[in-house]
Amino acid sequence: MAGAEPTEQRVTAAPAIELRGISKAFGPVQANKNISIRVMPGTIHGIIGENGAGKSTLMSILYGFYKADAGDILIHGKKVDIPDSQAAIAAGIGMVFQHFKLVENFTVLENIILGAEGGGLLRPSLAKARRSLLELERDYGLNVDPDSVIEEIGVGKQQRVEILKALYREADILILDEPTGVLTPAEADQLFRILRRLRDEGKTVILITHKLREIMEITDSVSVMRRGEMTATVRTAETGPEELAELMVGRKVLLRVDKAPARPGKPVLEVRDLRVRDGAGVERLRGIDLEVRAGEILGIAGVAGNGQSELLEVLGGMREGAGAVSINGRALPLSGHGADGQARRADGIAHVPEDRQREGLIMAYHAWENIAFGYHRDARFCGAGGMMNHAEMRRDTEDKMARFDVRPPDPWLTAKNFSGGNQQKIVVAREIERNPDLLLIGQPTRGVDIGAIEFIHQQIVALRDAGKAILLVSVELDEIFSLSDRIAVMFDGQIMGERLPAETDETELGLLMAGMSGEAA
Amino acid sequence: MDFLTIVQVLDSTIRLSTPLLLACLAGLFSERAGIFDIGLEGKMLAAAFFSAAVAAVTGSVWLGLAAGTLASLVLSALHGLASITFRGNQLISGVAINFLASGITVLIAQDWFSQGGRTPSLMGGARFEGLEFPFAIGPSDAEAAGSTVSQLIADAGPVQQVYSELLSGHSVLVYLAFLAVPASWWVLYRTRFGLRLRAVGENPAAVDTAGVSVVGLRFAAVAICGVLCGIAGAYLATALQAGFVKEMTAGRGYIALAALIFAKWRPWHAMFACVLFGFLQAIALRYQAVRLGDFTIPVQVMDALPYILVVVILAGLVGKATPPRAGGEPYVKER
Amino acid sequence: MDVMPKWAEVVLVPLISLLLAAILSALVILGIGEDPVAAVTLMVDGALGSTYGWGYTLYYATNFMFTGLAVAVAFHARLFNIGGEGQAMLGGLGVAIACLYVPWPHWSLALIAATISAGIFGAAWAALPAWLQAKRGSHIVITTIMFNFIAAAVLNYMLVTAMRPEGAMDPATERFAPAMHLPTLHELLAPLGIEFSKAAPANISLLVALAACVLVWVLIWRTRLGYEIRAYGHSENGARYAGISPVRITMIAMLISGGLAGMMAINNVMGEAERLVLNATEGAGFIGIAVALMGRSHPFGVFLASILFGFLYQGGAELALWTNIPRELIVVIQALVILFTGALDNMVRLPLERLFLALRRPTTTPQGK
Repeated sequence: MAGAEPTEQRVTAAPAIELRGISKAFGPVQANKNISIRVMPGTIHGIIGENGAGKSTLMSILYGFYKADAGDILIHGKKVDIPDSQAAIAAGIGMVFQHFKLVENFTVLENIILGAEGGGLLRPSLAKARRSLLELERDYGLNVDPDSVIEEIGVGKQQRVEILKALYREADILILDEPTGVLTPAEADQLFRILRRLRDEGKTVILITHKLREIMEITDSVSVMRRGEMTATVRTAETGPEELAELMVGRKVLLRVDKAPARPGKPVLEVRDLRVRDGAGVERLRGIDLEVRAGEILGIAGVAGNGQSELLEVLGGMREGAGAVSINGRALPLSGHGADGQARRADGIAHVPEDRQREGLIMAYHAWENIAFGYHRDARFCGAGGMMNHAEMRRDTEDKMARFDVRPPDPWLTAKNFSGGNQQKIVVAREIERNPDLLLIGQPTRGVDIGAIEFIHQQIVALRDAGKAILLVSVELDEIFSLSDRIAVMFDGQIMGERLPAETDETELGLLMAGMSGEAA
Repeated sequence: MDFLTIVQVLDSTIRLSTPLLLACLAGLFSERAGIFDIGLEGKMLAAAFFSAAVAAVTGSVWLGLAAGTLASLVLSALHGLASITFRGNQLISGVAINFLASGITVLIAQDWFSQGGRTPSLMGGARFEGLEFPFAIGPSDAEAAGSTVSQLIADAGPVQQVYSELLSGHSVLVYLAFLAVPASWWVLYRTRFGLRLRAVGENPAAVDTAGVSVVGLRFAAVAICGVLCGIAGAYLATALQAGFVKEMTAGRGYIALAALIFAKWRPWHAMFACVLFGFLQAIALRYQAVRLGDFTIPVQVMDALPYILVVVILAGLVGKATPPRAGGEPYVKER
Repeated sequence: MDVMPKWAEVVLVPLISLLLAAILSALVILGIGEDPVAAVTLMVDGALGSTYGWGYTLYYATNFMFTGLAVAVAFHARLFNIGGEGQAMLGGLGVAIACLYVPWPHWSLALIAATISAGIFGAAWAALPAWLQAKRGSHIVITTIMFNFIAAAVLNYMLVTAMRPEGAMDPATERFAPAMHLPTLHELLAPLGIEFSKAAPANISLLVALAACVLVWVLIWRTRLGYEIRAYGHSENGARYAGISPVRITMIAMLISGGLAGMMAINNVMGEAERLVLNATEGAGFIGIAVALMGRSHPFGVFLASILFGFLYQGGAELALWTNIPRELIVVIQALVILFTGALDNMVRLPLERLFLALRRPTTTPQGK
């Protein structure tokens, strides 16, 4: 098909999707406020906004997960009612969620027909689906083996299964929610090629993301959301990342962290041939060697699931491993006695875990109980006879809340009632204030608003400048680039290579993240 | 131990496996859909009582079976209400259902029959009779020969012994239970319903986003569980025994659960596990006092044997049993 | 934001659940052709109308405090201990051994020894299921239920074969020596000039149970161990992050739980029967589940719920005595309480939350999630 022309003649056609005055509240929280948007058929439309801006809520309304409190949805000019996902599918909407909705131990084919089997018996349905699937794969260049089991294929392929699921249901509007979060840059490029091809075949694509780069790279037009409101809709060609960032946040933002060059000292953390197996016996870390010096930040880049979590967990005493790890020259036990989180803290290691809600905080605990979490055996919090010193815990909480600007500064609030950014501030305050020799920090700003991101980044750099060693794990390349003094790239449980931020670029790191060594690139 | 004894123990194994198997398959449907159910025990007990009570009153075992199944379904609906609709704790709901059945059966039995919490003994059409195969030795042969069935079988050849004692002469529910195994396999792995059922126990979000009702599927699974538990309970009171007595399920619901874990939630394996537990019960029943040289194993050890073996199997033999991934967790739509 | 104020959470929700359970129980009574109002009157009269009734109510409540605390402690570690019944049976064995084979000079020494022995026996009976859960992942709900059946067989063997006195017919141990007699409430209150029924079995174990409530409160809400138990109960991943060993917490919580269930035996075995009989526990281990759920796993809640169930139990006994309503009514009520306060919690909570939300809405401002 000749190049799609997003020009005058298209404008006269009815929009593929039009939203008029959509509003939705959850209890006292207004997630969407009077949202209106028009997306023309055969275009790629981006929706960008910070965490919690209401993007996902809006899309969930489109897919029948929630009912809007007010407003209309029009598909190809016709007003439709979408009470459930069945209705969304019938209206031609397909959704690729951030967390894939696949049955892990089913085959690709079984996942694709689920809910659209076309008959009571499986065999004829599967046979029919196999034929249409092969056609779809040919038409859109989406290669997946129909008989492979989901848990045995990579995330890139799993995402294709999700796209195929939508196409199999004859979707002509495809919504993708943060689709590149789990992909290598190369895989993301492939995805974008697929999306362009879909557009060229006449499909409408809506891309939800918080990454400005993606918006600039692939979309035809873009809408910006902030605090539940649609602040602007512009043609991508007529805007730039700075303007979009400002629209997202509502003020000018620094896209880079200000920091002085590092002055690395003696090695603090030394890791040799570190290996970790998971519960199923699969080796997740396959001989890691690395070193972090005092006064530097070593950033670990990589696509999620390549062993970064296991690296943090084994260093933080959350799981057992084998190999040699030492801190300030002292060897750390990696299994059995002395290999737990308590021992690690005593060894001067602080740990901001990747998942603050499942690990770093007890969501049902008050802030003041969480401030001692992991340090609850310290003499300061726990006196003779194993009694906790609640007064001291509360005093400490007030103190940290003031210094880290936690809002609201109420020690009696339970952790679940703070926003993501403030939860993270509580964890960071607790770990940094311990003045550790080594800080392990995973995904420091995941799900955190931009204001808190800047603050947390400043704290990390300040700790580095105080001469501490920092091991940073992040799947956000931007974050890796802006914080790290050195970058190591992990792939499939191994370090693929180390680079200095000034001497590398996204393309090179992307190749390393995909498992290709730098020399071959 | 002679050949006939072995045949008799195996015969008893089949009888005792039947309620376990039905309950185990019941649990299989429920848990494969992601709803844990420790209320199998209570549902069986309620079904046992209502089947016996209605059979005693009406004289029809089939009406009894219907009543028992209905009672079990009501409790299933309660479990569904608590764990699907109101997203409550499935373990606690199961425990509540077990107590409810335990109390209400005695309460109503006392009110209706005033026999200390039991039903009258069932006779004739109020009880499931054995189904006699062609050419098998049965009561009519015994009458004609002026002897007893057991005597005739004892005198017969080994093939006839296996045929008449082991294969023939069970109640129709026994055959139904064993036929339910391939049927369950077929439903789970060869039908659309089975695909969706397995999917909803692994990842309900996948089912939901595919436009299929999670709630509907789970209620269907829980209902199937209710029907099978109902048959299991009715079998206990109207076929295996002749009437209801207080707490007559005696932990069978829990043993069925253990068998389900042992079978790793697969129908054919469930059958083998249940036959194994049935065999243990048969042994315990037949050999109340086992002598090992001078030492007699106390009868209480034999009584406790099936329960001890459940623990042993859960502890050691299961290895890593991976339950359906969404099992026990209520489904909440997420943004 | 928390949708409901704390008082609604702590008081209103359980009260409404209880009310629903009561309404359904009344329907059950109606269903078997009895008069619920008359039944309640009879229950109140029988359980609270005299010091004799109170004596029984408090006696049962003592049992339930122990077993309710047992379930509650395990709940805090997100462990469901359904084995309280078996642990209490074994506790009885512990009491019997302590009282039969050591000639204690005074009841106070005997009580201390019996409490310790009962606790150890109960804890030991919980130890294996706990270890299997911690180390092998064997489902603790199923293993503790199996251990109830096995405990019944053990007790049966001990009482029929091993501990039955020569020539005695019923499966029970010998009567404990008179020195082991625990002071009843009658004896305890007499010096204070308070007249209390002589025949009622409530005894000094009640004070031990109250002390256990206080100690469990201190343990859960004030000590480091309690902090770790609750943290583990809320999030196993969180516990591993903080260096709290899941194996250690599972074992400790279950040993404490089993020990508390076992200690119930000082009340029913030592305080009341003064010998060990078959089925001495009378289902108190199971009632602990209802008590813990109703009491929201808080010792004070457990205390209140125990009194309530003590009343129900004694009232139920009176009903069985004077009407055609069997004692199993209490099992039904117990089931309904577990159902409404445990499994159907959301049925009560969600409408209430909506109500409170509607009441609050005008005063709140929108904010990010």
